[in-house]
Amino acid sequence: MIKNNQIKSGHAFKDHRQERQILVTRTVFAFIFVALLMISLLVRSWYLQVVKHEDYQTRSNNNRISVQQVAPNRGLIYDRNGVLLAENRSVYSLEIIPEQVANIDETLNIIKQLELIEDKHIGSFKRRLTGVRRFKSVLVKSRLTEQEVAIFSANGHRLKGARVEARLVRFYPYGEKIAHALGSVRRINDRDLQRIDQANYRATRHMGKVGLEKYYEDVLHGTIGSRTVETDVQGRVIGEPLTETPPVPGHDLKLSLDIKLQLAAADAIGDYRGSVIVIDPRNGDVLALVSNPGYDPNDFVTGISTEKYAKLTGSADQPLFNRALRGLYSPGSTIKPMLAWVGLENKFISERFTINDPGFWVIPNKEERIYRDHISWGHGQAVNVSKAIIESCNPFFYDLAYRMGIDVISENMFNFGFGQSTGIDMGEELTGIMPSREWKQNNRRSDWYPGETVLTGIGQGYWNATPLQLANAVAPIATGGVRHKLRLVIAENDHQQWQTKPPELADRQVDFGDGSSLDIVKRAMEQVNKEPFGTARKAFNDAWYSSAGKTGTVQLKTQTLDDDGKKVQPTRKKFNDNAVYVAYAPADNPEIAIAVVTENAGHGGEAAAPVARQVMDAYFKRESN
Amino acid sequence: MAFIDRDISDRRGKSLTARLHLDMPLLAGLIVLVGFGLLILYSASGESSDQLNRQIIRLTVAFMAMIFLAWIPPRIYKKWTPFIYAGGILLLLAVVVVGEEGKGAQRWLNFGVFRFQPSEIMKLAVPMMVAWYFSERKLPPTLRELAVVAIIIAVPTYLILIEPDLGTSILIASSGAFAVFLAGIRWRILLSFITVTIIYAPIHWLFVMQAYQKQRVLTFLDPEQDRLGSGYHIIQSQIAIGSGGLHGKGWLQGTQSQLEFLPERNTDFIFAVLGEEFGFFGVLLLISIYLWIVGRGFMISIKAQETYTRLLAGAITLTFFVYVFVNIGMVTGILPVVGLPLPLVSYGGTSMVTLMASFGILMGIQTHKKLLPG
Repeated sequence: MIKNNQIKSGHAFKDHRQERQILVTRTVFAFIFVALLMISLLVRSWYLQVVKHEDYQTRSNNNRISVQQVAPNRGLIYDRNGVLLAENRSVYSLEIIPEQVANIDETLNIIKQLELIEDKHIGSFKRRLTGVRRFKSVLVKSRLTEQEVAIFSANGHRLKGARVEARLVRFYPYGEKIAHALGSVRRINDRDLQRIDQANYRATRHMGKVGLEKYYEDVLHGTIGSRTVETDVQGRVIGEPLTETPPVPGHDLKLSLDIKLQLAAADAIGDYRGSVIVIDPRNGDVLALVSNPGYDPNDFVTGISTEKYAKLTGSADQPLFNRALRGLYSPGSTIKPMLAWVGLENKFISERFTINDPGFWVIPNKEERIYRDHISWGHGQAVNVSKAIIESCNPFFYDLAYRMGIDVISENMFNFGFGQSTGIDMGEELTGIMPSREWKQNNRRSDWYPGETVLTGIGQGYWNATPLQLANAVAPIATGGVRHKLRLVIAENDHQQWQTKPPELADRQVDFGDGSSLDIVKRAMEQVNKEPFGTARKAFNDAWYSSAGKTGTVQLKTQTLDDDGKKVQPTRKKFNDNAVYVAYAPADNPEIAIAVVTENAGHGGEAAAPVARQVMDAYFKRESN
Repeated sequence: MAFIDRDISDRRGKSLTARLHLDMPLLAGLIVLVGFGLLILYSASGESSDQLNRQIIRLTVAFMAMIFLAWIPPRIYKKWTPFIYAGGILLLLAVVVVGEEGKGAQRWLNFGVFRFQPSEIMKLAVPMMVAWYFSERKLPPTLRELAVVAIIIAVPTYLILIEPDLGTSILIASSGAFAVFLAGIRWRILLSFITVTIIYAPIHWLFVMQAYQKQRVLTFLDPEQDRLGSGYHIIQSQIAIGSGGLHGKGWLQGTQSQLEFLPERNTDFIFAVLGEEFGFFGVLLLISIYLWIVGRGFMISIKAQETYTRLLAGAITLTFFVYVFVNIGMVTGILPVVGLPLPLVSYGGTSMVTLMASFGILMGIQTHKKLLPG
């Protein structure tokens, strides 16, 4: 109470002079306090900057912090059974950071004296050096051997600024035999830099530039990481990273390929130029994709030598050319089953319909041109549709095609996928030509002539197709059902689990109706491989499984395009025919559909069918084991 | 007999600074500081003229805020003090409810066209409110009055602490506390409060502090223990300062700073760039400038004519000093790392406008004076 009163009375007599005195005292006190603390900061600075200066000077010189970009590991590629088809292996390369080298020529000289490099390496290093930032590592030589790494390490002290860098580099264990199925990664060049996300590729040296590796580049590459590291004066990393954002590896891919079948197919085609395609007709999975000859994709990864590259590009066999994807071949007689089915289904012919084959055929009432059969004496009297397929009778199909007309043919053949993309996930696929009135108007500026329809009936003339298209055209016949887009990748691993990709339907489909027409065609195709006059019977002697097929022998030269889209005329064995063969097996419940093209190899039944036989043997041998 | 302040006679002259109610000694100190600061920032930002331009724009706005506040007579905002304080508290509550997050803390209010941190207002509102409260009462304050003032300080401090923004809440609490100190709180009470704090500290450590806060303190006590983590800032800034030596490595020549090893080198840790490039002499110069500004602030406080302006001027000055001391202390490693910029030197920071506004108030206190009988 008393205190309270005092306060109240205090209010009444507020003493300004006394209050000012208190404030001034306190302020002076505060200023002294402030000054002391400021002095303590100065003392601290003196301690750091003068007393401990040398200590910190040393640490400053030794401790350099730098940010390093860390390339993501490229996604791995497996076959359908989990066998590695594309992996990443450590490769040692010799590099120089220009900024850290006092005299580059001298350093290069020492390295040369150690016999680690030759003059050509110095030349290409100097070319790389121009326009590169001084603190960035520049490649001197890639793919050092273990021994070379050891020599370098022993002399490292004389080579300040040079270092051996271990990098993960793409490796394809099956090399040449799978080159055209996988494509390859190659070194990133200036032109590539313009199209890619440079920030994400700052630490990456290679990218997919061909085939599957290119098509799935976004998925396989991953996301760049970085880490802050402490480095010494030489730029060597000390201790653990200070901060780290780990890179996100690319996704792994699982392919539809079966490496055993792929190798069997590569062996089967042997020295022939050509292509073997094996697909699963039930879902469009590509089980084997061979284009022969191939090349070793590993050569391209770390840089191919000029001589080697010249040899590849100069070869008449065109090993770099992907025949499976871009080779355009006249399908020849292999399309006869499809045409026969169209004829039956649309009532142009019936099962009982026959023609006489004297060995040639002429357009009714216009005898100015003779279309010959491949056997000069013909296939005799009463050739029905089955016999026409089994013995590959040309006049029967001249007649059928002539009567159906080009519009019916092309419209139906589109449904089998001719002239259309197979949808395969590789990119750069050619779609070939399924001739039609419209196509001829657009591309040849000319009307369609009936004589051209006749040639179309035996798969020649303008008609051409890739081996992939041929295999995919047989698939619906095999299953009697839907046609799928072809695909190589069946699952993708996003680091959590495998995400299976469902098969996709092709854009155009064949309607097989009640299946009765198809049955006639399928029985005939089985006889091709079985019946004494069947064109592929020799190849399928003693097969322990059932199969169905159709041969083709194409008199025309290959009409192939090189990478620039220019026509390439085959120079060798140009008088020999291209042998073509399509098949599926087992006949009743097909699991595989095959297309084989062997260039200038002769008769389809003698050259191409045995290749298919060997592949099927491999497939069913494995199945029965 | 009559005490006529010299500054008032100045006003009769036609000098521009007098007409604008600017205090020349303080203005000179600020201009030297800002000029030196821009020099350091140019180097710390990696010679970025872009950052420099933005900083200059910010400074221009801040100086305009200063001129504006210097022009207002203190009696005006004295009258409005309780409303400013209450409005500030409401805005802080609004932040809790509808505030925007940035960098993991909820500090911002978005008004569509602009957004700001209400805690900035409180940096001025709290010392104003404490000064206002004491201005009508007899000094030194009684325990009961101290309890009221404690609440005035604690409420905004708590609201800012939970945003969370430790640095600003320390500043605001100390700005209020300084006003109390200057108001003549009895030494007995002050000492017993300090004693209680010391006893309470271990309890706080054990039961209240979050793991990350403990880690900060532990790191401060022994940075080498967490060399790669939070100790990294402290070690690297000490290396930068220490390697600067007496004369420094020269402007733009600080290898540590320029090689980007020093984190936040253009903001909170800009003092390390100064230490590295300008050496001990640079540090001495900077601290002298700060001391000049603080000294002038105290002069204004002493010369002020009434309790409100005296307390306010003193509290503003001391708060500014805390900024300087906490930042330099943290960068040189004698205080734990608390996120406070080096005032008027660090890049950016919304605090710059508030700081200059508070200097405007100081100038206003100095230049708007009545003729008083001694």
